[in-house]
Amino acid sequence: MASQDSFYQYLRNRGVSRRDFIKFCTVMAASLGLEPGAAGAIAEALETKRRMPVIWRNFQECTCCTESFIRTQHPKASDIIMTMISLDYHETLMVAAGHQAEEAVAKAIEDNRGNYILAVEGAIPVKDGGIYCCIAGRTAVDMLKEEAKHAKAIIAWGSCAVNGCVQAANPNPTGAVPVQDIIKDKPIINVPGCPAIAEVMAGVITHVLTFERLPELDSQGRPKAFYGHRIHDKCNRRAYFDAGMFVENFDDQGAKEGWCLYKLGCKGPNTYNSCSNLEWNGGLSYPIKSGHPCIGCSEFGFWDNTGGTSMYAHLSEVPGLKIGVNVDAFGAAAVGAAIAGAAVHAGLSAVTKKQMDRQENEKNCKNKVEG
Amino acid sequence: MAERIVVDPITRIEGHLRVEAKVEGGKIIDAASSGTMIRGIEIIARDRDPRDVWALVQRICGVCTTTHALTSIRAVEEALQIRVPKNAELIRKIMLAVIHIHDHVVHFYHLHAPDWVDVPKALQADPRRTAELAQSISRWPKSTAGYFRDVQDKLKAFVANGQLGIFANAYWGHPAYKLPPEANLMAVAHYLEALDWQKEIVKIHTVFGGKNPHPNYLVGGMASAINIDGDNAINIERFNLVGKLIDEALEFVLEVYLPDLLAIAAFYKDTAAYGGGLGNYLCFGDFSTAPNNDPSGFLLPRGAILNKNLSEVLDVDPRDPQQILEYTDHSWYEKAPKGLHPWEGETNLKYTGPKAPYETLDETGAFDKPYSWIKSPRWKGHAMEVGPLARMLVGYAKKDAPSHALIKDEIDKALQGLGVGVEALFSTLGRTAARGIESKLCALWLKQFFNELIANVKGGDRKTFNQEKWEPSTWPKESKGVGLTEAPRGALGHWVRIKDGKVTNYQCVVPSTWNASPKDLKGQHGAYEASLLGVPMAKADQPVELLRTIHSFDPCLACAAHIIDTESQQTTKVEILR
Repeated sequence: MASQDSFYQYLRNRGVSRRDFIKFCTVMAASLGLEPGAAGAIAEALETKRRMPVIWRNFQECTCCTESFIRTQHPKASDIIMTMISLDYHETLMVAAGHQAEEAVAKAIEDNRGNYILAVEGAIPVKDGGIYCCIAGRTAVDMLKEEAKHAKAIIAWGSCAVNGCVQAANPNPTGAVPVQDIIKDKPIINVPGCPAIAEVMAGVITHVLTFERLPELDSQGRPKAFYGHRIHDKCNRRAYFDAGMFVENFDDQGAKEGWCLYKLGCKGPNTYNSCSNLEWNGGLSYPIKSGHPCIGCSEFGFWDNTGGTSMYAHLSEVPGLKIGVNVDAFGAAAVGAAIAGAAVHAGLSAVTKKQMDRQENEKNCKNKVEG
Repeated sequence: MAERIVVDPITRIEGHLRVEAKVEGGKIIDAASSGTMIRGIEIIARDRDPRDVWALVQRICGVCTTTHALTSIRAVEEALQIRVPKNAELIRKIMLAVIHIHDHVVHFYHLHAPDWVDVPKALQADPRRTAELAQSISRWPKSTAGYFRDVQDKLKAFVANGQLGIFANAYWGHPAYKLPPEANLMAVAHYLEALDWQKEIVKIHTVFGGKNPHPNYLVGGMASAINIDGDNAINIERFNLVGKLIDEALEFVLEVYLPDLLAIAAFYKDTAAYGGGLGNYLCFGDFSTAPNNDPSGFLLPRGAILNKNLSEVLDVDPRDPQQILEYTDHSWYEKAPKGLHPWEGETNLKYTGPKAPYETLDETGAFDKPYSWIKSPRWKGHAMEVGPLARMLVGYAKKDAPSHALIKDEIDKALQGLGVGVEALFSTLGRTAARGIESKLCALWLKQFFNELIANVKGGDRKTFNQEKWEPSTWPKESKGVGLTEAPRGALGHWVRIKDGKVTNYQCVVPSTWNASPKDLKGQHGAYEASLLGVPMAKADQPVELLRTIHSFDPCLACAAHIIDTESQQTTKVEILR
């Protein structure tokens, strides 16, 4: 049956040769950072599988994760959408609208019970019954609960879905919460960043597709392959940090020489992400390389972690200078405010009113969700 | 008897938009558009350091991912009276031109084209005739029969496979689709090419801003230092990369986007007969060529047109407390006693719509009560349309603008090519065509800005940042400013008030707030709503024509519905006590 074609069969139908297919698998293996021998395993997996159904929901967000996703260089977004997954619902890209769009998602769930991936972009407002984000007359929170029920797993795209991001920043007027605060009984892959890096997004999808299992996650639910190091660990300016050579002001001689941006508020030492490893937009650059300090956009509560000062004020301490120790081995407390949670907040020397409001708010939202 | 149709979600847009329309005699006779999501970015911006706010408000939109940041730093720089070095100004202009081109191309192929292109029909095309068609309209080297045959084979396999993904459940075969199979195949091929190309042009943002989406900006300049003899800053390799990407962008716009647009438009001249809507157009203007950002030097000029009257362009002053006022009469807020200028913005959330899940926002169909999270900004009491069509019309009509001759020439050429008069611009088709024409202009200007940047650096100016007023101790105790840009979707303004080093009030009036606004106190429709009146509907349950008209605005709803100001009631009280 045509609808049961494997990915390989599908490529064959499109006129792709066996040789090109193996080449593709090799590129995939390389893009996932695997040893060359893994290409065989990828080929085997793809030869026996049909395209993975994905339902992609946009809730309370700005669509930067979708925009990032379509920028992926390897594999290309067009290849992912046309040949690797079946993107059965995506509000920004799908042709059907209105009730035909909602029918499409209902059918995708019905046809793929227990087998589809639910990808969520955006936070979920829960204050006042969730009325701050409605689609087709239904609230985002109801929609998420219902569509998560039969999902195989959930991917939380970007900081909105992982930690609430900008709308959850103090004072969180709509009671925005991340996916993991609402869904407790499904595996969730957290892919933070504002947005997440395109190749990381593509990597997460292709990992699930290729190896038929979720990537190994850290204690915060993030794939270790992409969030195992701090930006600081692999920063192109790291040698200047170690040598004590710092940019003091934007565009000073140090800036022109590319010295360390730590004194201008760089959050690279507190931020787990692949920016300094994969870099952005096809390995071209990333914020620090281009002269701006890292704002820590993949860390919990990064909008409020500055303790009431500017994001350009430098960190009071740089936790653990040992390269290659991931967040789990390191322990939450050492990573400081970045990990968030009341205990960490309380440990800060200056807990601002903002932060206390925020905690209160989080508590209220949690109560609402659970109640 | 009128039939009511509800389209929710309107897909292929940014954000969440709902349209309820009344159809009678095969035409839409009334419409209400509703923004159904809100986040509250302005209230979150309060109390923060004004140098940080660009990053926060940038997240209003991840699609035109650079314009809110730029608008924010302009607002803060005006408030703090910070002058920006020439290199930084040029880099910002380059980044803004890039987002216009990127955004317009993605809109055309990925968000709008499925309204015009019947994808499965491409399977019936003769690839040789498709190649002939493509070669007759442009010099794009890929346009060979073999290439189009390969694309068709891929599409065949995709359709035969049965998993249609984003193309499932659509309106294929709908009578409103009019392209011959060959044009459909050409468009499908370019849909895929555009998807690959768009990830390239944004690399210009990555060079200067470190990433895209959401590149970095900086109050006082740009963070990307220039050192032509250094290996860790902007040097000749980075400039060469930017230069190459600009050339490729120019070629893509001239040889793919614009020819496709005009070729497809030729089959849809009927859509020039409807969708015009308000006939009122507003621009803040952008791309300064005069010193001190003087609006008289804007390549995209500032001004307003009322009632389609192209013989007069009216002056616009966004600082004037009487000109731009926001109303909440049909929005889910506590009602303000009068319209308010953004510097005085006052809003309190108050949802009064039906309890979710709901079938309709107003069972009576009258929509005389609040029905949207979007407010209703009005200019001198008029509902206005903003966006590429507004910019092209103001440029067309404003004879003393520096770019007037160029804009007029490009528009006249397009109109002649299609064999239609200037009145055809006031329509669904006009909006879509204006976006393409503007992309060509922006691509030409992009190259010009880049040449100016190289010349300036060559002349010895390497400065990208002005340090003078970086420290809060140098700021006035109280100040206010407005940042204005032309974002891809239209006139964008951020109004900021700063006190004791912190933001005390932050208000954004964004393009989609103007276009997607609900009715105002006088019952005047917003631009989306007005544009739907009279739109024909061949099949009420397959709303292709409605989508076409709404998509011609390129809706961006997360931008439009961002305004919450729950603390302002308190602020007002404090002001009264003073």
